[in-house]
Amino acid sequence: MDENAVAEELDLSKIDKICEKYKGKKGSTIPVLQAVQEEYGYLSKEMLERMGDVLNVSPHELYGVLTFYAQFYTSPRGKYVIRVCRGTACHVKGSGRISEVVKEEFGIGDGETTEDYGFTLEEVSCIGACGMAPVIMVNDKTHGNLTPEKSREIFKDYAEKFKEEE
Amino acid sequence: MSAVKSDIIEVHICTGTAGVASGAYEVMDAFNEVFKSKNVPAIVKERECKVKQTGCRGLCERDVLVDIYLPGEEAATYEHVTPDMVQTIVDEHIGEGEPVKKWAAKKSYYDFYRLQKRYVLKDCGVVDPEDIDDYIQLGGYEAITKVIKEMSPEDVIEEVKKANLRGRGGGGFPSGLKWTFCRKSPGDHKYLVCNADEGDPGAFMDRSIIEGNPHDVIEGMLIAAYAIGCNEGYIYCRAEYPLAIARVKKALKVAEERGYLGDNILGTDFNFKLHLKEGAGAFVCGEETALLASIEGERGMPRPRPPFPAVKGLWQKPTNVNNVETFANLPMIILNGADWYTTIGTEKSKGTKIFALSGKVKSTGLVEVPMGITVKELIYDVGGGIPKKRKFKAVQMGGPSGGCLPEDLLDTPIDYDSLTAAGAMMGSGGVVVMDETNCMVNIAKFFLTFTQRESCGKCIPCRVGTKTMLDILERISDGKGREGDIELLESLAEDIKISSLCGLGQTAPNPVLTTIRYFRDEYEAHIYDQKCPARECPELIEFVVIDEKCKKCGICYKVCPVDAISWEKGKVAYIDKEKCVKCRECIVNCPFNAID
Repeated sequence: MDENAVAEELDLSKIDKICEKYKGKKGSTIPVLQAVQEEYGYLSKEMLERMGDVLNVSPHELYGVLTFYAQFYTSPRGKYVIRVCRGTACHVKGSGRISEVVKEEFGIGDGETTEDYGFTLEEVSCIGACGMAPVIMVNDKTHGNLTPEKSREIFKDYAEKFKEEE
Repeated sequence: MSAVKSDIIEVHICTGTAGVASGAYEVMDAFNEVFKSKNVPAIVKERECKVKQTGCRGLCERDVLVDIYLPGEEAATYEHVTPDMVQTIVDEHIGEGEPVKKWAAKKSYYDFYRLQKRYVLKDCGVVDPEDIDDYIQLGGYEAITKVIKEMSPEDVIEEVKKANLRGRGGGGFPSGLKWTFCRKSPGDHKYLVCNADEGDPGAFMDRSIIEGNPHDVIEGMLIAAYAIGCNEGYIYCRAEYPLAIARVKKALKVAEERGYLGDNILGTDFNFKLHLKEGAGAFVCGEETALLASIEGERGMPRPRPPFPAVKGLWQKPTNVNNVETFANLPMIILNGADWYTTIGTEKSKGTKIFALSGKVKSTGLVEVPMGITVKELIYDVGGGIPKKRKFKAVQMGGPSGGCLPEDLLDTPIDYDSLTAAGAMMGSGGVVVMDETNCMVNIAKFFLTFTQRESCGKCIPCRVGTKTMLDILERISDGKGREGDIELLESLAEDIKISSLCGLGQTAPNPVLTTIRYFRDEYEAHIYDQKCPARECPELIEFVVIDEKCKKCGICYKVCPVDAISWEKGKVAYIDKEKCVKCRECIVNCPFNAID
């Protein structure tokens, strides 16, 4: 799927409503970006331009903030985002292998999304569940005490779930 | 843990992040279901049964943990509870008063808590984090009431100074003194900020405090706000902590409804408005000036100090920033007094510190111990030592800002100054234990990869320096190390430490420096012998089975994901180099270190 094609189909009018809420409020750049991303799943150039219009700020300024933080995305992401924790505790217990298993199962590396927009891999610094390392999160669900094989089972389950949903 | 005073039967279920991940809500549903369906109150003499969610009590690895409180009895704890165990527990334990022995917590569970002094965490695992009344019943909001009604702001600062509370974010700066600066700063509008941007890999105490008892942090902030003269505040929380954010949001709303936040708090003229601000994923935002920039909606870049935030902080107004754990210490200091508080800890480091104990240790989780306990006690007595009969190699303390300590420094007492002297630091309280299968060059590389990626890029020493160091480390672990690399790393490290703008760069070289200091031979083995003694750097391992060491158990054969290992019962295993993908599964799982 072409990224622009995705953007064109989107109805950007919801942005106006979201931005109105934050307009003129100090320190609202991050919350407003979060709110728009929450709605659309990512932040495109067109969205930033529209936001800039409503908020009366330069889209470049928004882009500058967006690119600084790890949790903003400029392209659509998978339905299931697999966050592999690469914190210290997970590292010493072999979380590097879990990322490899994702690659083996879905063919995606860090930051990449499968072609069918089913899965995105994201290596993150620390989920803060070190007691059950190695840990991953698939969307909001945390899975801990993993082994490469256990994680493979989990990924297979999600892949099946995604296939059924499509 | 003590018995609940009331006459009702209570079932406490751990619903911290780890608890929820292990299925705490399913277990909770199962209890509710059983109580509803079987009319249990009738069985247990008309007493009410209450199922309660609590925050993290530390030993996450044993989740789901469930406490059963029968009136007049000590609590009984069950480990690894799943929904299908619930019926039996209710029938035998609650119904007939016979605890189910096979599932009850074992000795190691109680050992984990024996040396701990749980003051900050006393309500975590006991109180329902989403129920303000539960907190109030256990003495919540008594401290702020006492402060407002009986003490002047100066009294409060004096008490905190006397208690010698030092910042728990890692720096260890005296909190009372910090408050004085902000209080004395001219200006009517002052801000108070709670730094809940816990980004250190391997630390999660702030998360657990907030998830376990958000009101405790709010109350601590109220005390600080009153003392300093702040009327507006922010809790800046990592967006990676969705459960913590949800619980803070709820707590803020209820506290405001009850008159603990907002205007005319408790009927006085003290006003304090508190907001929640979600981070967006940038480690550098833990640095206070970067954090303030982030609240203002900017890129989270630090700026040089002075001026300090106490003079010019958020939107140029005087601002005081403290860490979650620091705030959580305040209510008990006020309620019990500084004299009591100073009886805990060492001469210069008072009170307790919470550590996140993880890595190669039997009991992993959150631990609150008095300052002064030794690293050894923490790992062996509280944590139960190293699993799989492997040998201890090093302990990494203080996250990316800290350092690795070797075995002969295990007797170092845990306090701000002793740790710094040993080359590590308290930092945020992450304690990651490593055994003989962990390579120290690899661990240095791991931390540098992290800090290099998280560098905001504003100052050159940090942006370019950490990248250069990382390049060298990568070369070494790839078997392309050169003579002089170690010395080059050392000299780069010193320069970066001195010349970086903020704490991130100033401390980024620490893991490299301490691993060189204590494990220089391991670096040398990589560079000169092309060997990785821990067998962790794939480029330097041969992946062959050592015949003499192989006990023919077949474990390697079973764990190999690509069928590169052939083995028959009673025969030495063999690794096919063509098929091997160097994943290290065989090495990690071999109990006899028989693969080189």
